[in-house]
Amino acid sequence: MPADFVPKTIDLIRFLPEIILTVTGTLLMVLDAFAGRRWSGVYGNFSLLALAGSLAAAVYAFGVPGPAFSGMLMNDGFATFFRVLVIAVGILVVLASFRYLHREGVETGEYHALILFSVVGQCVMVTANELIMIFIGLEISSIATYILAGYLREDRRGNEASLKYFLLGSFATAFLLYGIAWIYGLTGSTNLAAIRGVLSSRDLAPSGMLVGFSAALMFVGLGFKVSGAPFQIWAPDVYQGAPAPVTAFMSAGPKAAAFAVFLRIFMTAFEPVGAGWEPLVWLSALLSMTIGNFAALTQSNIKRLLAYSSIAHAGYVMVALAARSETGTAAAMFYLAAYALMNVGAFAAVAHLAGKGERFVSIDDFAGLAVVQPATAALLAIFLLSLIGVPLTGGFFGKFYIFKAALQSNLLWLTMLGLLNSAVAAYYYLRILVMMYMREPGEAASVAEPLSIGMKTALVLPALGTLFLGIFPSAVLNFASKSAALIR
Amino acid sequence: MDVILFLVFAIIAVVCGINVVVQRHPITSALSLIGVMGSLAVLYLLLGAEFIAMAQVIVYAGAIMVLFVFVIMLLNAGAEETRGKSLVAQLLGLPLLILFLAFASYFVQRFVPSSTIVHFGAFKSGTAQNIGIALFTRYLLPFEVTSVLILIAILGAIVLARKELDR
Repeated sequence: MPADFVPKTIDLIRFLPEIILTVTGTLLMVLDAFAGRRWSGVYGNFSLLALAGSLAAAVYAFGVPGPAFSGMLMNDGFATFFRVLVIAVGILVVLASFRYLHREGVETGEYHALILFSVVGQCVMVTANELIMIFIGLEISSIATYILAGYLREDRRGNEASLKYFLLGSFATAFLLYGIAWIYGLTGSTNLAAIRGVLSSRDLAPSGMLVGFSAALMFVGLGFKVSGAPFQIWAPDVYQGAPAPVTAFMSAGPKAAAFAVFLRIFMTAFEPVGAGWEPLVWLSALLSMTIGNFAALTQSNIKRLLAYSSIAHAGYVMVALAARSETGTAAAMFYLAAYALMNVGAFAAVAHLAGKGERFVSIDDFAGLAVVQPATAALLAIFLLSLIGVPLTGGFFGKFYIFKAALQSNLLWLTMLGLLNSAVAAYYYLRILVMMYMREPGEAASVAEPLSIGMKTALVLPALGTLFLGIFPSAVLNFASKSAALIR
Repeated sequence: MDVILFLVFAIIAVVCGINVVVQRHPITSALSLIGVMGSLAVLYLLLGAEFIAMAQVIVYAGAIMVLFVFVIMLLNAGAEETRGKSLVAQLLGLPLLILFLAFASYFVQRFVPSSTIVHFGAFKSGTAQNIGIALFTRYLLPFEVTSVLILIAILGAIVLARKELDR
């Protein structure tokens, strides 16, 4: 056996966050099998500990950047940025789940194990430097999310969501896999840098038509995972049917990871044929923004509304992708961080207010929340203002950087249409704010339970993060710019 | 010789493939599918991919088809009922099929470079040994991480299918 293939310590350190999460996930399953309900309160804390440990490991691994496991992984700034992001989303979701799971009487080790494994999949995705690793990571993340969507088995909407998500999701994965097979056949490699090498060389480059076809197949697969139009149809039903903390999770973690993969594949491997895929992304960005925002205007269910809003936000990130530049990549990274925080926060607030069996998920149920629970209302208001893109919040600078990058790449029309779109979006977010602050408390607000410690943390942390990104954006943006330069 | 073998098994595969769709009874369809899998295995073997040919026979023609047949028998699925075929399908089906085939062959002729390296006997590294070495050296990590994938699939089956969450 060639000696240089034996995993060295440095390989293991670069893979440490995933190792910690996998080991803990497996332990949780074993614990659940033996201890069952007796330890039901422990599992969440246990998985929080693991997530915190892997967060530290991800930061530590950044100290020793470089490839791992014969080039399968690339532990660089880009990977670290997204690793920290998806692990942070995991932490917030676990915090938001404590009370919810208790209320529904379904505190099991499996729930937390699934969350941990899903985060493992996302970490693998964002670190992967190989189409094979990307595919495996994506599958781990997706399958865990399909199951989590149907976690409340008694809930019919949950079953529907899970099945729909599973069927459409596997279909989309097949597209991605088919695209991978094509590009492997054309270039003889699954390594992103090697593919780029073949595509940009003069004599080896295969026919542009075939490359375009494989890029289009991958675009379909990834477009589904980020719920970008025209592959967004599943999102409202699935987001509505899944348990609220799970919705928080899948609207942030898997989506950010899928966008990371999107950026890595299209900005490295397919960068030489960029002019070919740009119109595709352009169109998808415009469709996502328009469909998302206009459909959200008429929603009465808060989860559906946020689902459509998340489609629109995927559109904004696509604008950054269409810019095809380092500034665009950096803007997309910044936006995804801001988006993940504000979206997890907003869904956590929904999970808090929903009540047993998620009875209160209509927008009218937010009436008078500011009177009964001023703190919750204020925190939710921060997230909503950030989703609108009001200055001093992360959402504002996210949009600002994205449209700046788009203008630098001469995407004038897309920028203008995007700006118009965000003006439309302000309406439906403001509706919730008006509901909270200017109406008399209804039934939902009056029976709302006080904020538990976990939920409080799950709301305060992202709110602080959103404000931090809005007041000191340059710290994060500088890191994103440096990392974006690396993946090209 | 190679070409003759290829043609024979390619034709068997296509005929069985058509038979899968044409047959009314699911069991007959499933049996035809075994024919497709088997002849594909021979094609892999002709290309020198020994391991994949074996895996094809054991996994697809063996294990997966047994599952198919099991499910068909469990559901006690009888012959499919024929409903009136839609006019659109009757009129446009054949022309569209021919158009698709013509387009596909044009596409292959026009864009795919002549593959001088893909001919019978050229590829010799498809043995179990070679694949084993690749799996445990260069592709060690994907191989290991796949176990997590299988683990959560099992976990999911348990979460979704067990009788009662012990309340």
